[in-house]
Amino acid sequence: MTNLSMPKINRKTISKKNIIVKSLKKIIDPQNVIDHKDELKPYETDGLSAYKQKPLVVVMPKNTREVSKILSYCNEEKIKVVPRGAGTGLSGGALPLADCVLLSLGKFNKILEIDYKNRCVVTQPGVTNLSITQAVQDNNFYYAPDPSSQIACSIGGNVAENSGGVHSLKYGTTTNNLLGVEVVFMDGSISRLGSKALDAEGYDLLGLITGSEGLLCVITEVTVKILKKPQTIKAAIIGFPTIENGGKCVSEIISNGIIPAGMEMMDKALIHATDNFVKAGYPRDAESMLIVELDGTETDVSESMERVNTIAKKNKATSIKISKNEKERLKFWAGRKAAFPACGDLAPDYYCMDGTIPRGKLAEVLKEITRLSKKYNLQVANAFHAGDGNLHPLIMYDSNDKKSLAKTEKFGAEILKYCVKVGGVLTGEHGVGIEKRELMCEMFNNNDIQQQVKIKKALDTSNLLNPGKVYPILRKCAEEGRVHVHGGKTKFPNIPRF
Amino acid sequence: MFTEEKQNFLTFQDSDSLVPETEKEVADIIKKFYKSNASLEVVGSGSKRTIGKPLQCEKTMILSKLDGIIEYIPAELYIKVKAGTKMDKIINELKKNKQHLSFEPIDFGYLFLGKSNCGTAGGQVACNLSGPRRFKSGAIRDNILGFRGVNGRGEIIKSGGTVVKNVTGYDLSKLICGSYGTLAAITEVTFKVLPSAKETRTLVIHNLKIDSAPDYLAKAISSSCDVSGASFLPTDPICNNCEMNIENTFKLNDLKKEGSITAIRVEGTKKSVEERIENLKIILNVYRNDNLSILATLQSEIFWKKIKDLEFFSETKNNIFRIVIPPAECGNLIYELPEKFKYFLDWGGALIWMEACELSEQKFESIRKRVVKHGGFISMIKNSNHLPYVEDVFTINNSRFNISQSIKKSFDPKRILNPEKMYTGI
Repeated sequence: MTNLSMPKINRKTISKKNIIVKSLKKIIDPQNVIDHKDELKPYETDGLSAYKQKPLVVVMPKNTREVSKILSYCNEEKIKVVPRGAGTGLSGGALPLADCVLLSLGKFNKILEIDYKNRCVVTQPGVTNLSITQAVQDNNFYYAPDPSSQIACSIGGNVAENSGGVHSLKYGTTTNNLLGVEVVFMDGSISRLGSKALDAEGYDLLGLITGSEGLLCVITEVTVKILKKPQTIKAAIIGFPTIENGGKCVSEIISNGIIPAGMEMMDKALIHATDNFVKAGYPRDAESMLIVELDGTETDVSESMERVNTIAKKNKATSIKISKNEKERLKFWAGRKAAFPACGDLAPDYYCMDGTIPRGKLAEVLKEITRLSKKYNLQVANAFHAGDGNLHPLIMYDSNDKKSLAKTEKFGAEILKYCVKVGGVLTGEHGVGIEKRELMCEMFNNNDIQQQVKIKKALDTSNLLNPGKVYPILRKCAEEGRVHVHGGKTKFPNIPRF
Repeated sequence: MFTEEKQNFLTFQDSDSLVPETEKEVADIIKKFYKSNASLEVVGSGSKRTIGKPLQCEKTMILSKLDGIIEYIPAELYIKVKAGTKMDKIINELKKNKQHLSFEPIDFGYLFLGKSNCGTAGGQVACNLSGPRRFKSGAIRDNILGFRGVNGRGEIIKSGGTVVKNVTGYDLSKLICGSYGTLAAITEVTFKVLPSAKETRTLVIHNLKIDSAPDYLAKAISSSCDVSGASFLPTDPICNNCEMNIENTFKLNDLKKEGSITAIRVEGTKKSVEERIENLKIILNVYRNDNLSILATLQSEIFWKKIKDLEFFSETKNNIFRIVIPPAECGNLIYELPEKFKYFLDWGGALIWMEACELSEQKFESIRKRVVKHGGFISMIKNSNHLPYVEDVFTINNSRFNISQSIKKSFDPKRILNPEKMYTGI
């Protein structure tokens, strides 16, 4: 278990717990203030379950006014606040602090308005990502960003983390599909950023708070764009004799002017693991496999699929299977979406990394991962959002063996550093949180980080909102950065991941 | 060292300007001004310099010599350029690989000079004013992957990268979009690029009025036809003092001269665009309508270039302002605005460009009130001799002003970069 330094605990806050609880019970319905240690347990961790810490108290406000009053009170009393959506995040962004008020937005669970005329949905932040699409699908609309945990993750959390999904290359991430938010700052002030209009004038505050991991404000309302469903969606699974062939095929598809709705790649280890798990009909003899999904009009899809077919053959594809119907298309995806639980069958534990690399560097990076895998004598399986360059290596290990854990940590850090070295970034969609905090200096120099810290200070003078996340505390680059899964179980083992 | 030279080109009136040639020189200049508490006007090539409030700065720093494409890898779908690189250079380079910037950069030269003057990459980012494809492909802020720049303390800062999926740290690339050089002098920009469509078609429905045209645009955008342009150009109101003239601007063989234009664009392969145009005719219930024009690729491209570059306002001496509102509100808003002003709708009704003769500041403010009531904002883009100055060029409320002031302070504590250009006190 990794030792991670967190902001210094304010003993005065701990000693005042009773007074704080009493005050909070005056601000909101006392039933919505949780302070008994048994009841605090469900809040001690998020999707990054290696780290656990019970908060001082949990509050569950029901409306924006209550959020404002809570923050205003905490700001005056200098009490730390950690906001929490559904708690499915994989980088520890909602990890509580011993001296914090954990602000859960679980009661903000209603869709407020469906506005087809302006093609948007106004919702409270606790609503799940998937339920937005479910609310509009009868009219053939949908909300584009689809993180694999979409049945459980909340839209407010998606905004805080700027969540992606498998369709990011064509449809963008949360930030590109967001029109407006209502937020509360640490001093209790309420502000509306953006609206139902496409642009917002002045500084792009909406862009700034999207992906700010709960450090700048608490989101209390969200307005997202909805899109008309494409006429046709088809997927193909293509097997390749080498990883290089698969990687080259990805680059050539893009170079040929085709932008697939989704393009996923898996290596042999993961093809076998997932195919064993869900019997998706994957090519078990292939060294790498691509799922290419195309959408648009019937003509667009069949024309582009024909071209994908030609490019794949040119790159020595050993098998090409195109979905004949919606059922088959979903079956193709079922294996990919089960990557997380499938790996749970391979080893007692695994770490999941989340770097993004330029697509063209895939073969090089995978080669390096294979080399490191041999060097550390640890098995690794690779899932890759090939369309947008987001790589998820899963390192298998056994946490009961202390040496194995230490080796895994070194292995993981080397992968992430290599991602940055080839022109990529530390995290594509899981966020920095506590997990990659000390690795930030791999990408940014002191000036870059200080500018970001100054923005934080400008909006949260006393550094009370979600402190200890995103920015390095240690001022040195520790070798961390992965999702820890013990006994094949995450905090939410049934939620599809990545 | 950077040159300190007498400049008098384009719209520059200053007697002396600073023209750094490297990022380090930009940092040195700003550091010097930071130490001496002097203010600095930051411009690219000056093509959009008159947007915003007039500045009274000690000197002007021109970034047009930070010129050149740093890295362009077509298969990686990005282009990294120095901020002073001219947009036409970038666009031509992308064309060689059948790629483009999907936000359709606007050439403001036609509006301000009566001829092309496309400006620089940094200028595009600083103003964040996007073209007709915005509702489908996003704004400039959605198409920037990373940047480098120098903040008001003279520190070189960077954010983002070259990949689309990146959540490492705050997204400062978005924050500098539309900041009009008030947060940092931009020195380097990485744009996302996409493949250009092979063919384009534009379906034009003639003679619709403002009471029905927005519905046609909305229906088209809400269909599965993947529409990438949706504009309405009315023939009324008629105002002899306004320049805007549709018939003179769009002299295209296949475009009938049948009154107002409701234009819907699709892009893709030949077979696909032809199919989608037929589908649109059915969806919009206009397949029996004689009052249609169909523009094929060549004419369609000319048509949308003229829309994008606001060519019908060319050389106008009147005020031009820009309104962004929720699309469903545009019809109602138009009815509430002064009848005399000429206008057109873009982005399916979510954007209104308006030409106003004999505008007063009071009238402008009363329009602003209406726009804000409908959930939008208004910005003065071009001043006139009649109304050469307005106090509030852009729209902001108290709460956002306070946040913006804090943000400004974190980048530029002494307010030396383009002070007051956007708002008094910022």
